[in-house]
Amino acid sequence: MTLSVEISHRLGGFTLDVEFDAPPGVTVLFGRSGSGKTTVVNTLAGLLRPDRGRAEVDGLVLFDTGTGRWLPPHRRRVGYIFQEGRLFPHLTVRQNLSYGQWFARRSGTDTGFDGVVDMLGIGHLLTRRPGALSGGEKQRVAIGRALLSAPRLLLADEPLAALDEARKAEILPYFERLRDEVSVPILYVTHSAAEVARLATTVVVLQEGRTLRQGPAGEVLGDPRIVPAGVRAAGALLVATVARHHDDGLTELDAGGVPIFLPRIAQAPGRPVRVRVAAHDVILSRARPEGLSALNCLPGRVAAVRPGEGPGTLVSLDTPAGTLLARVTRRSAEALELAPGTACHAVIKSVAIAPEDISGP
Amino acid sequence: MGWLGPEEWQAVALSLKVSFWATLVGLPLGVFTAYALARWQFPGKQVVNGLVHLPLILPPVVTGYLLLLAFGTTGPLGGTLEQIGIVFAFRWTGAALAAGVMAFPLMVRAIRLSIEAVDPRLEEAAATLGASRAWVFATVTLPLILPGILAGAILAFAKAMGEFGATITFVSNIPGQTQTLPSAVYAFLQVPGGEAPAMRLVIVSIVIAMGALLLSEAIARRAAARVAGA
Repeated sequence: MTLSVEISHRLGGFTLDVEFDAPPGVTVLFGRSGSGKTTVVNTLAGLLRPDRGRAEVDGLVLFDTGTGRWLPPHRRRVGYIFQEGRLFPHLTVRQNLSYGQWFARRSGTDTGFDGVVDMLGIGHLLTRRPGALSGGEKQRVAIGRALLSAPRLLLADEPLAALDEARKAEILPYFERLRDEVSVPILYVTHSAAEVARLATTVVVLQEGRTLRQGPAGEVLGDPRIVPAGVRAAGALLVATVARHHDDGLTELDAGGVPIFLPRIAQAPGRPVRVRVAAHDVILSRARPEGLSALNCLPGRVAAVRPGEGPGTLVSLDTPAGTLLARVTRRSAEALELAPGTACHAVIKSVAIAPEDISGP
Repeated sequence: MGWLGPEEWQAVALSLKVSFWATLVGLPLGVFTAYALARWQFPGKQVVNGLVHLPLILPPVVTGYLLLLAFGTTGPLGGTLEQIGIVFAFRWTGAALAAGVMAFPLMVRAIRLSIEAVDPRLEEAAATLGASRAWVFATVTLPLILPGILAGAILAFAKAMGEFGATITFVSNIPGQTQTLPSAVYAFLQVPGGEAPAMRLVIVSIVIAMGALLLSEAIARRAAARVAGA
């Protein structure tokens, strides 16, 4: 189940020229507004015909301008979860959900209705119409509708962008379940670093219509070069295992042999978790710090230093727990003589790690 | 209806028949034309748009005369159609044609507005879920524009009930054949003592027109409530 994409398209003064491969799991297309993310997704869905390009999912060629092949949208079996839901207002939730399923059945594939409804927790909404649903409920129904069309590929175009923070927190876990329980590859468009950290298996960074960087989430997020692509809240991803829950409300993680303490999380001991650590929450120290209130201290080595446009500098650090990003001032970076290879310690306050930055496995 | 004389009753029945067929036959054509004007780009689109609206702005007598030229037994279309057994001239079918042509622009306008109000992004969503163009139209576009189609049909029916100028020019005013309700009112007013039957027909006219208007409002309200949810 892999997707390979190659698209060139001109739209007014904007040129899109991207090329990437998406292995199984969630591939996040990441970049600022106007970087061409939605154009890529619309092309894959068959809603936009690119000037040149080729896309193939799981051995099936969706389009190839070289051979003139163009599979019409309804024959692609691509499940598209739109930012604004796009539920059919004249149909009930049940009819919306069955819509794609009916066409999938005609072509001989079926996805269990009840299973999807249970997974999304929308059983009590089935007789309502979309007009009577909240934003979060609409999006859950939209996810279900796309899943039930038995897609070869799921596309999600900023599916949380129209929701408030509370609703985002409500929907994100469903995408995590999709990633972990459904074998369909997912192409997920976002400009939110937090969503990338929680969901991405692979990240493709787009900047001004070009592929800036692609690779496994941990590697790409720890790369200071992607910051210009809009990672205003730059941050790296640590992969750890829950070690134990302490009585004082903290949870201890084991990150490559280093203990990390953070406010109590729900995951049981032994479970893997991914933790996004924002770059501006990381303090660097050449000596191992003593007498600090911060509980977490990771030894590491500087991998790269990237001065920003302002007084800030972004430092990436190889630690036993993975690559960390730290945003420090240029003055500090010079005072500490930070250069690739320098040994130093990263200090992270436990309470700086927000619950929305933690996800299981 | 005991209080209507046989001649008056005949005119009412004929008008209902003429309007029914004018609306029914015009509807598929109206939906197609409205869809083409709302969604397609093609050369000569403005010409088609103009032709559709022409009966609305031309004097009805002119439209009637043009119909007579085209569909009369010696006209180019009338002559051809006569060979396959379809005759319009001085028949009720001609009255239906005249009413249909006159009502067509109103019907197309109502349906076109409803098509333009449909979010094309919903149709895109349907396509990604596996619906071909024909299925998208049948399962998304058509249900969403149904209130517009019904409103257009009712408007066209009411217009057809009231059509006078084109009808009388094209198919004349033959009782039992082509004497529709408005023609009958006109005929009654031409003879002494015709005021009473004319007034009865006027009342029937008002009742039908008001009924159509209320029905169309009710349909629009129900459709709006349905889409709003709950």
